[in-house]
Amino acid sequence: MARRFFYAHSVASLRTIMATKQGVMKEWADEKLVMDAGDIARALTRIAHEILEHNKGVNNLTLVGIRTGGVHLAHRLVKRIHSIEGVQVPIGELDITLYRDDLALRKNQPVLRKTSVPFDLTDKVVVLVDDVLFTGRTIRAAMDSLMDLGRPGEIQLAVLVDRGHRQLPIKATYIGKNLPTSREEKVQVLLEENGEDDRVVIAKP
Amino acid sequence: MSLKRKDLLSLAPLSVDEITLVLETADSFKEVTGREIKKVPALRGKTVVNLFFEPSTRTRTSFELAAKRLSADVINFSPSSSSVVKGETLLDTARNIEAMQADIIVLRHSSAGAAETLARGVKSSVINAGDGWHEHPTQALLDLYTIRERGLGFEGLRVAIVGDVAHSRVARSNIYALTKLGAKVRLVGPPTMMPWGVEKLGVKVYSNMDEGLRGVNVIMMLRLQLERQGRALFPTIREYARLYGLTAERVKLADAGAIVMHPGPINRGVEIAPDVADSLSSVILDQVANGVAVRMGILYLMSGAG
Repeated sequence: MARRFFYAHSVASLRTIMATKQGVMKEWADEKLVMDAGDIARALTRIAHEILEHNKGVNNLTLVGIRTGGVHLAHRLVKRIHSIEGVQVPIGELDITLYRDDLALRKNQPVLRKTSVPFDLTDKVVVLVDDVLFTGRTIRAAMDSLMDLGRPGEIQLAVLVDRGHRQLPIKATYIGKNLPTSREEKVQVLLEENGEDDRVVIAKP
Repeated sequence: MSLKRKDLLSLAPLSVDEITLVLETADSFKEVTGREIKKVPALRGKTVVNLFFEPSTRTRTSFELAAKRLSADVINFSPSSSSVVKGETLLDTARNIEAMQADIIVLRHSSAGAAETLARGVKSSVINAGDGWHEHPTQALLDLYTIRERGLGFEGLRVAIVGDVAHSRVARSNIYALTKLGAKVRLVGPPTMMPWGVEKLGVKVYSNMDEGLRGVNVIMMLRLQLERQGRALFPTIREYARLYGLTAERVKLADAGAIVMHPGPINRGVEIAPDVADSLSSVILDQVANGVAVRMGILYLMSGAG
């Protein structure tokens, strides 16, 4: 679970993965807390309001989370939108593995998870949700994947953290926090849904 | 977890984890095959060669469709239209195909061990699509997938495999995989069609079909190879159908929720009665549909840069 979660936005070293898996991440010496549970909650509430403001309500609105972190965040956003507007907007889950641009280069194929978009995307406003925006390659893959599922009227992007270092001309519509980082640092969004305390940390290599 | 194998030749050496990985990967592709656009770019730029030395419609089409839905390029190669009739050996044929940068070769051959021989001789990945009486691993994997899709767990699952087990590669692959996963496998058929010492694989042999079917969760019928008549395996097709044909009456002997499987092509009225083949408990067409998803999963897993 943790493994899929990380390589979407950083090439985590084996050591980091092992450390996270055993839940001892907190004790890692060079870890810096950049968002706590309150910060994350407030950022998501603001994003939910921005989505509604930008789209003038929930008409045609759908949310699609990118596995794994993005899915949890999308569910949280849907809950907030429901509490503001009283409407349950459709939610989908996207596994972008088959659309990655490095599949042909990898020695072993990454484990696939299921894509589930149980509604027609045609002419809908799709808000893609991811935890960290980094190179932009995941978002490129997600957009291609969405296009194969239907023809959305519009695609927007919501991320909890934008850490810079884009390699593609991609920009988020809604950002929880802009986080200046160096390329070598690892940004990790840890969520309750994965058995962690809600927080965002930067880990130095 | 990933499939760290160059080739898929047999299910005998596969671990439970590897089998589970294939089935879970196939789940993702089942979703893809249900879309309006049934194509993903995962194998863009890869070449899959179907090398079929035996006639096959289902398996070849299934592999071709699977590869195309993964955006691979597919070449179909059959001996009647090739240099094989001019006397080229299997390995030479394959090396020529490899020289054209094939990434994966799917081989169907009448000799047991052909896929293994090929795999040793070429750098491309080799997938065994049936070699003689030996194995047909992708068929067994799609059978497992279909059983699992019906909500049946493997541990303690009672499975009866009925028919000409001795000459069936499908049976052999299924025996290896099912016993490994904890299922209780029974083989049902005339003694002339049971391989020597098959009990050593951890299965029970029944020559009486009614006894063999009692209480099973899965009835897996094998095709009676009609061309074998007259080789002293069974006297007449009629007698075989009477003793080992699956009728609605016999299905009732099995567990109430039992499913009926068949790798195809079916001989209606011989090993399976038409009303059974078309009944609600029959998952024969699900097997075909799942075959594409499972083969997509296998092609995907085998297509790592190695």
